[in-house]
Amino acid sequence: MSTPVIPPPRRAADDPLLDVRDLVVRYGPVTAVDHVSFTLEAGETLALDGPSGCGKSSTVSAVLQLRRPDAGEVRFEGRELTALTERELRPLRPRMQPVFQDPYGSLSPRHRIRDAVAEPLRVQGRWDDAGGPARVAELLDRVGLEPAHGDRFPHELSGGQCQRAGIARALVSEPRLLVLDEPVSALDPSVRAGVLNLLAGLQEELGLAYLFICHDPAVVRHFADRTIEMRDGRLVAG
Amino acid sequence: MTATPPDTDALLSVRGLGISLHGLPVVRRLSFDVRAREVLAVVGESGAGKSLTARALLGTAPRGARVTGSVRLRRAPGSYDELVGAPAPVLAALRGRRTALVPQDALSALSPVHPVGDQLAAAVRSVARVSRTEARARAVAALDRVGIADAARKARAYPHEYSGGMRQRAVIAMATINEPDLLIADEPTTALDPDLQEQVLRVLGEQREAVGAALVLVTHDLEAVRHHADRMLVMYAGRQAEQGPARRVLTRPAAPYTAGLLASLPPVETGGHGGRRRLPTIPGAPPAFDRLPPGCAFAPRCPLADERCRREEPGPRAIGDGHEVSCHRWEDVPHPATELFLERSV
Repeated sequence: MSTPVIPPPRRAADDPLLDVRDLVVRYGPVTAVDHVSFTLEAGETLALDGPSGCGKSSTVSAVLQLRRPDAGEVRFEGRELTALTERELRPLRPRMQPVFQDPYGSLSPRHRIRDAVAEPLRVQGRWDDAGGPARVAELLDRVGLEPAHGDRFPHELSGGQCQRAGIARALVSEPRLLVLDEPVSALDPSVRAGVLNLLAGLQEELGLAYLFICHDPAVVRHFADRTIEMRDGRLVAG
Repeated sequence: MTATPPDTDALLSVRGLGISLHGLPVVRRLSFDVRAREVLAVVGESGAGKSLTARALLGTAPRGARVTGSVRLRRAPGSYDELVGAPAPVLAALRGRRTALVPQDALSALSPVHPVGDQLAAAVRSVARVSRTEARARAVAALDRVGIADAARKARAYPHEYSGGMRQRAVIAMATINEPDLLIADEPTTALDPDLQEQVLRVLGEQREAVGAALVLVTHDLEAVRHHADRMLVMYAGRQAEQGPARRVLTRPAAPYTAGLLASLPPVETGGHGGRRRLPTIPGAPPAFDRLPPGCAFAPRCPLADERCRREEPGPRAIGDGHEVSCHRWEDVPHPATELFLERSV
């Protein structure tokens, strides 16, 4: 029996999922992010640590292209995002999703949980009445919410339940990268442990990469594969 | 069940405290003491009744709250003020002078339109007949004591010109400036960075020492309790789960709820495994106050709960060394309790 010929991997397959090079973000005379470089592989958790005002959030905004960086490259799935137009970015945006710190603030108070989770699909024009509701129900179940929670409004859920809903909303677009911006900082210890376990399970199952913004050393130690630290806009440790 | 008589040595003696909000029992039959110069941490999840309890101690329970039981603040050996049912002017006269709040949100606790030093000086003059010059001097000295550099100049600055950590120090200076007997701090550091949290708690501890006050520290940060509290009270669904010397409760919790909270903290020694090792969690969620179960409020989430727990609410029982627990099964809580709360599925 002859050995099947395995084609050599394309260069792109060797590339990290996210490759940030010499990122610079300025606000007027202030340089918030000063030549920051890092990479993130599929299935990996990279913690970005540092005190308030060190440039973590600016870095994240630039990675997500919510704010275009002033210099540097953001390669995601092999494509250089900073060179793309807004229109070219649009199909890529669902593949990198943020989850925010304040579970109540990140969901509209006027939308039922079910609708909040479905909304990205509607916005992306991918909603279909046949499969959509089942997909939402499946996601709510996957993040540990009851079907009844889907009918409720954010203020009717606990902080931990809201954060789970926010994760379901991020997952509905089938992302490859989740940017977790202090996702458990506002939660009680036991609730926090449950959300971290959920994120770990999702990562194993879906091969998600996490860029994990967190400034709690115990949580970072437990949850991250690698840590980079920022001070005054620069990386200080890798 | 006989209630423990109020402790006449204690600075603050709380007996059978009940607080209902719009008819719902949010705090029930809570009893504890705080001795002079002691730090008592009040711990529990959001909604456990911690903040309402703190407000009752200051006589600032919100509109719509009905407070029952007894909260006694010692005035001198053998005499005390009863806070429950006291008229508003009496309560107002105690605040700032004998009790003081260290607020969670310093930005909203300070007036944005007055210099910080003026606000501290006004606090001085609200309790003491001193000249403006003297009050100002005390304000600057207080800012200096909490480590605000160039205090004389900073006293003339407005809150928005302060950093978050400096603002939190300024409200500590304000709370301690009249040397109260009792400080109540409600999550004083939650809005701050971990580095700043430790710093602010240290400043709070130093100022508490300096003025000889006791402190009731409401927090959900068990690390802060470990470093700063003498005793701790763990609350669950408006009741005491347990209370006792902080070191003892943290190392040998007697209530399954406390054991679960401790088990869910990320372990100190491990790391770099990307969260693949699961953390133990307490299953389920706390009960709604209009749907409290008939027996122990924690029973539906408790891995040790039996028939009796579901039927009969456990009263507090003393188990030695000032440790008190409200649990029928406290003797069966293993140490460490990690396996008890390991998640079966995620």
